[in-house]
Amino acid sequence: MKTVILINGLVIISLIISFSKDKMKTKKSIMIALKTLGKIAPSILSVILLIGIMYGLFSDKIALFFGQENGVIGFVTIALFGSVIHMPSLLAFPLAGSFLAEGASVSSVAAFITTLTMIGIVTLPLEIKTMGKKFAIYRNLISFIIALIIAALMGVIL
Amino acid sequence: MKNQMMKKNQKNSKKGFLFLGLVIVGFVLTSILVPGKSPLILQTSYDYFKQMAMVFPAILILMGLFTVWVSKEFVMTHLGESSGIKGIAVAFFLGAIPTGPIFVAFPMAQALRKKGASYTNLVIFLSAWACIKIPQELVEMQFMGVKFMLARLLMTMVFITIMGMIINKLMGNNEKR
Repeated sequence: MKTVILINGLVIISLIISFSKDKMKTKKSIMIALKTLGKIAPSILSVILLIGIMYGLFSDKIALFFGQENGVIGFVTIALFGSVIHMPSLLAFPLAGSFLAEGASVSSVAAFITTLTMIGIVTLPLEIKTMGKKFAIYRNLISFIIALIIAALMGVIL
Repeated sequence: MKNQMMKKNQKNSKKGFLFLGLVIVGFVLTSILVPGKSPLILQTSYDYFKQMAMVFPAILILMGLFTVWVSKEFVMTHLGESSGIKGIAVAFFLGAIPTGPIFVAFPMAQALRKKGASYTNLVIFLSAWACIKIPQELVEMQFMGVKFMLARLLMTMVFITIMGMIINKLMGNNEKR
């Protein structure tokens, strides 16, 4: 909540300063903001609904994945699952902590958290729209590989 | 030329609406097939919407102001191809400030790219935004332990930087701005 107030306050102050310096430029920047909003609004709404669907369908199945964890396939499955689902980290960490306490391996828990935060299959349409297809696909694909490496190393270190 | 661009824009927004339509159809199908889940789906979506609505207008205006006031040269020196380690540090810092969900970051990154930020720094900015947030690290420490958090944070930072450099190479010359 504090960050919300902070950001909005900052923007309002910036707007006032901008307006006092140059009315035309300020008007132009608001036009840019509105145009961008118009362009990406449908993608954002789709992404939000998609997050809801994924979370609604899969949130109670997470424990299942960790329960049947075995070998490389289980590890990759958990990583894939983390890439697809999207949930606030405030919820994810307590959950992951409980899996760790119940005996899940460090690397599988790390794989889950890392893919969960780093990769957004559901936000991909929006990323493509703003950054281009090539960039978005490279970033998510390489992130997935990185997440697997980090998770495997976590298992070795800890 | 301008006409062509307008056509492309129109096509793009059509695609956006098409995708939205598909997701809505997906939601309706899910609610029919798995009826018990729709309240949770709607609740989650609503929570995300609320979270986004509180910061998104502000971020968009900030982006507009940024586009109008900040010069290309400024972004180029601090986040451009030759910004080096300093650019990487700036990108990490900008990404790690707690500012809201990842979808807010994409239009920001788009504006930075137009002003000449390098792909290395854009990757770092977006990835840091996605997975290195100061409050998030604290929650991680609390539930996973200090060692787990620090080890993961350190490796994430190293690998994100490497990824940024790889993507910069991959995007290469055919995308010269």
